[in-house]
Amino acid sequence: MGIKIVHPMAAVAMFALAATPAISDENANLVVNDEINITVRAAAPAHMENVSEVLSGWLFRADETQQFQMDDFDNPGMIWVDKAVASWGKAEGSEGKSCASCHDDPDSMAGVKAVYPKWNETAGELRTLELQINDCRENRMGAEPWKYTGGDMVNMTALIASVSRGMPVNVAIDGPVQSTWEQGKELYYTRTGQLEMSCANCHEDNYGNMIRADHLSQGQINGFPVYRLKNAKLNSVHSRFKGCVRDTRAETYKPGSAEFIALELYVASRGNGLSVEGPSVRN
Amino acid sequence: MKRILIAMAWTAAGAGLVSAETVDPTAVMYKEGAVEQSLSGATGDAAAGKIVMTTRGQGNCIACHEVTELLNSPFHGEIGPTLDGVSERWSEAELRGIVANAKMTFEDTMMPAFYKTKGYIRPGKAFTGKAAEGDLPPLLTAQQIEDVVAYLLTLKE
Ligand code: HEC
Ligand code: HEC
Repeated sequence: MGIKIVHPMAAVAMFALAATPAISDENANLVVNDEINITVRAAAPAHMENVSEVLSGWLFRADETQQFQMDDFDNPGMIWVDKAVASWGKAEGSEGKSCASCHDDPDSMAGVKAVYPKWNETAGELRTLELQINDCRENRMGAEPWKYTGGDMVNMTALIASVSRGMPVNVAIDGPVQSTWEQGKELYYTRTGQLEMSCANCHEDNYGNMIRADHLSQGQINGFPVYRLKNAKLNSVHSRFKGCVRDTRAETYKPGSAEFIALELYVASRGNGLSVEGPSVRN
Repeated sequence: MKRILIAMAWTAAGAGLVSAETVDPTAVMYKEGAVEQSLSGATGDAAAGKIVMTTRGQGNCIACHEVTELLNSPFHGEIGPTLDGVSERWSEAELRGIVANAKMTFEDTMMPAFYKTKGYIRPGKAFTGKAAEGDLPPLLTAQQIEDVVAYLLTLKE
């Protein structure tokens, strides 16, 4: 599959790369497979106080990294989506059911990723996609839950994200989730660890700036799960949070913890208006 | 007991530069952000300071600051101002204070405090993500701070 260059300057910029890291084309537009228009910049949602425009992490990546995401044949994340398609139809557990038994084909999940994390009225809890998937496995299939950031889980979230690509993120922050959202906001602005840095220090005050070899983005999660060239696999939101907190020389929270779920709700809401992009490609 | 532990930490970290005059991180006197007295009791070595500036796991100052003279070391950040000519903007005491704990000079700055051992939220054991046990060693030793200050004093317009 050929690489599609949407922005005419991208071709020129490629030659200027040389030793400088992560020169990105922040004016580029993202169209996947020549048909899915991805909104990579949008007016900030009303609840955001210090940022007027929200920007996808894709904009901050080098041109060649950006290009990987423009066509599913070039996007290494799609290999794992294919694996999840196989497990979608595979019956497991005491009930002899698969995802397909209740949900037909994966396309039926279009729109789901855009509104997660989401309040579940019956259970009276806020659910990430991972929690919802494990609820189906345990309570409908009678199967073992998957590890929160394990391969099966991240692959399935990639499949479910992929069928919502191009749809605007629209996570609810009011009603029963409001206090959790406030908790997530508090975590976002808390300066942790021996380096005493908050998410906001890097991703709100300094996006667009280089921190050593890294070009800081807004730390948006609309592109998750993310295929990273660095570790050559799909990475979940909570794994990324953990890495960033660790980098402040802090004690991290655990993937799947109440704190990271609250933080995920808050960070997801900072991307309301951007498109679902997962599985995206980053370095 | 605590004093013994600190003394041991210095022996390990200071590589023979321990002296009776080393100022404990909790005892540094900041006067409007500036620190008059050498933290190690010794003078700094600019060549050693240059290494601290560019080394990950040490000062790694260039992660956030550009320094033209250090452009051979790859990847300078742009979070803080360039340090070119910095000795003409700040005195030695002011520079020592900024490197030891920049928050005493610039309120709420993102620049980490390099000579501080307590008062952190969820302090971790270096980059392991695990909880720290007890007070942390400062990010830089007293002598490393002095070395960095000596290097900064060489930066003229
Ligand atoms: C010391 C700087 C720093 C801090 C503090 C920090 N991050 Fe990051 N973060 C980075 C860097 C560097 C990257 C990789 C480049 C980029 O996308 O910004 C990154 C990437 C991310 C990404 C991936 C974005 C994408 O498009 O793939 C997310 C999400 C993220 N951070 C969230 C957070 C959250 C939430 C916090 C606080 C809990 C946080 N970060 C704290 C430096 C930081
Ligand atoms: C994570 C980012 C970061 C790191 C790491 C960092 N600094 Fe800074 N530094 C800053 C910022 C931001 C400022 C500007 C002060 C403010 O916040 O207003 C600054 C200011 C300074 C100043 C004052 C410069 C001027 O012209 O006014 C000096 C000197 C300085 N830093 C030296 C250092 C040294 C030496 C190191 C390493 C031992 C270091 N910095 C590491 C972010 C950083």
